Amino acid sequence: MSDFVSSGWALFVAATTIVSLVACIVLLVIASRRKVMADDNSTGHTWDVDLRELNNPLPRWWVWLYVITVVFSAIYLVLYPGLGTNAGTLKWSSQGQFEAEQARATEAMKPVYAKFAAMPADQLAKDSQAMGIGERLFINNCSQCHGSDGRGSKGFPNLSDNDWLWGGSLDDIKKSIVEGRNGVMPPMGAAVGSADDVRNVAHYVLSLSGSAHDSVSAQLGKEKFGACAACHGPDGKGNQALGAPNLTDKTWLHGWGEKAIAEMINNGKNNLMPGQARLLTPEQVHVLAAYVLNMSQAPKVASN
Amino acid sequence: MTEISSRAAIAEVQDDARAAVVSLYQKHQKIYARAVSGWFAGWRWGLVWFTQLLFYGLPWLEWNSRQAVLFDLPARRFYIFGLVLYPQDFIYLTGILVISAYALFLFTAVAGRLWCGYACPQTVYTEIYMWVERVIEGDRPKRMKRDAGPWTMDRTWRAVAKQAAWIAIGLWTGFTFVGYFTPIQQLAASAASFGLGPWEWFWVLFYGFATYGNAGYMREQVCKYMCPYARFQSAMFDKDTMIISYDAERGEPRGTRGRKTDLKAANLGHCIDCELCVQVCPTGIDIRKGLQYECIGCAACIDVCNGVMDKMNYPRGLVRYVTQNGLAQHWSRAEMLRHVLRPRVLIYTGVLVVIVAAMAVSLVLRTPFKVDIVRDRGAMARIVDDGHIENVYRLQIMNATEQPQRFRLEPMGLPQASLEVRGDLNVGPAESRWVPIAVKLPPESAAALGPGTHPLRVRIQRLESEPGAAPREVVEKTTFMVPR
Repeated sequence: MSDFVSSGWALFVAATTIVSLVACIVLLVIASRRKVMADDNSTGHTWDVDLRELNNPLPRWWVWLYVITVVFSAIYLVLYPGLGTNAGTLKWSSQGQFEAEQARATEAMKPVYAKFAAMPADQLAKDSQAMGIGERLFINNCSQCHGSDGRGSKGFPNLSDNDWLWGGSLDDIKKSIVEGRNGVMPPMGAAVGSADDVRNVAHYVLSLSGSAHDSVSAQLGKEKFGACAACHGPDGKGNQALGAPNLTDKTWLHGWGEKAIAEMINNGKNNLMPGQARLLTPEQVHVLAAYVLNMSQAPKVASN
Repeated sequence: MTEISSRAAIAEVQDDARAAVVSLYQKHQKIYARAVSGWFAGWRWGLVWFTQLLFYGLPWLEWNSRQAVLFDLPARRFYIFGLVLYPQDFIYLTGILVISAYALFLFTAVAGRLWCGYACPQTVYTEIYMWVERVIEGDRPKRMKRDAGPWTMDRTWRAVAKQAAWIAIGLWTGFTFVGYFTPIQQLAASAASFGLGPWEWFWVLFYGFATYGNAGYMREQVCKYMCPYARFQSAMFDKDTMIISYDAERGEPRGTRGRKTDLKAANLGHCIDCELCVQVCPTGIDIRKGLQYECIGCAACIDVCNGVMDKMNYPRGLVRYVTQNGLAQHWSRAEMLRHVLRPRVLIYTGVLVVIVAAMAVSLVLRTPFKVDIVRDRGAMARIVDDGHIENVYRLQIMNATEQPQRFRLEPMGLPQASLEVRGDLNVGPAESRWVPIAVKLPPESAAALGPGTHPLRVRIQRLESEPGAAPREVVEKTTFMVPR
């Protein structure tokens, strides 16, 4: 309630509101009895030669409706915020209502999640309700980067190809969701050597996955690959403990081809998956991880 | 009355002996409408039966082993017999409202407040409540006499019986109303054990109370002070509108007389000044004062006056449906009817016919499913399979029938584009589902298009379960993005 720059404004608003309410009743009392020309039931005044105003009274119950609205406002202002910064006796706020509703919804979902928490991933995969919840959690929390179908994009890993940077067990996936992951590839240009050396290593990397490459360069690059082996392993198969990608498959998270690889060697990369612990409960993470795991294992739906 | 005008009035009459202090708010004068029977009362009762059989009966009808008319708000499906409507079909509600408005204009231009007098729920429920009142407490003179007297045993039990009947009708009406939104058979079962949910309780009681209050107590006050229709009827009428009028030329001078009195000698018109037309009026006006905004066009005065004319051996129709022109120029009924077909009536009819036809055609040609394609916003495009460009979309597909549906998708407008469905396209009855789909373009096509956003259309075809039926399809527009 700090919308006012000084408390004087809050008092001003409160006073204005109360004065207006009282004025509403005063107006009603003043206006309810009037002298009128009783004999022809008109106000006695003539406008524009022959235009007269008849006394055409409102029904009295209408007045009671008016009084009820004033009484309602008074009760409302006691119970709810309205008089300046006064919070009202109910201490209601939109944020409080939101939190209460959220708590109620969480409470209502508790038995459902309790059932799921006891189920292993392969059982969850067969439970259509769990997969439905998982899909909605995925769409709301993950699809912004990984895509509605979970196949990612440049810089955002494909979750459906069963090729895991940080491990593909249910617990690994849960850890990725809760804590996030930070994949760091340091700039290795200097360690590899000259620009030619970098180009040669790039061709060697291409050759690991059987992609199009210059075999002479690749042979020369193989000797320099030692600098990379610390993380990617001597055979280039990567290391899930470090999040170091497997270089022998055709998954190219940050672009493929000589140019992209050389750039990566020279400049490195810092790729961050933010942790979602703040947004998801452990039970939700359990179901979501099972959904992601299932996505990578489900048989691909045939195109039609 | 405005503040300024009333001040001026006070200033002017301050010293005037004729000025008196009166309340500007009127105490409610209870109207004891006398029972009436006759041709028009018969029409009204016919419409009471028709509308109420429809209202109370419709929720109990079954269709496809579900409630025939059900507005399922939590699921956002609206079932009307074979129709399954989605919130996206709101345009039909608009259509119905526009049709109602034009029908109201048309009927009013032709014959005044037909709606108010015969079919409006306010009139219909008031009619029912007044019938109950009459059965229990007797007709106007008995009611007036009893109300003026003390609270006797007789008056008390009748009042209690009337209240009980009114409340029962109100509750049944509220229950029926909720039955359009909650399956009424389950509702009946839970109501029998007082096991309704809080909102069901609220709406049964609220709607019931509204019925009881409006039909039992507010009655003509609703028409006079709440309903806007009375106030704009003067814009809907013209001099060729058939309105309920008193034939002053024939009736005046009014006065009491014997059945054998020579009218010429006594200088009397046909009006015997029995005031029955005032006593039967549900809004308590005197039709002999001419057209008034309070008149709801119920024709009770016509019915009762015709009875009096019959007894006096005078011709019927001293109060009758007549146009202002017809009254002034002494037209016959045929002459007045000839003037019905005037421009405003023809225009209303024309517009009405066009809207009804458009709505009917639109309902018949309605595709039995709805689709929406939403492209992924975070990941615009991705490169897969050695340079193929892929865009991902979510297809929302809504089955507007009660049979399962299957679909075929086909990209249009981009050469060599292929489409892959990454979900299940078998959509169950009245089900709405989101399915991820991906559109893929080979590198050479993408290079030919160049980077940027390109229009893409997707044809969604429903596969027919039975052979020979015409396939229905929808083409949905979206975009395809080629990255730089």
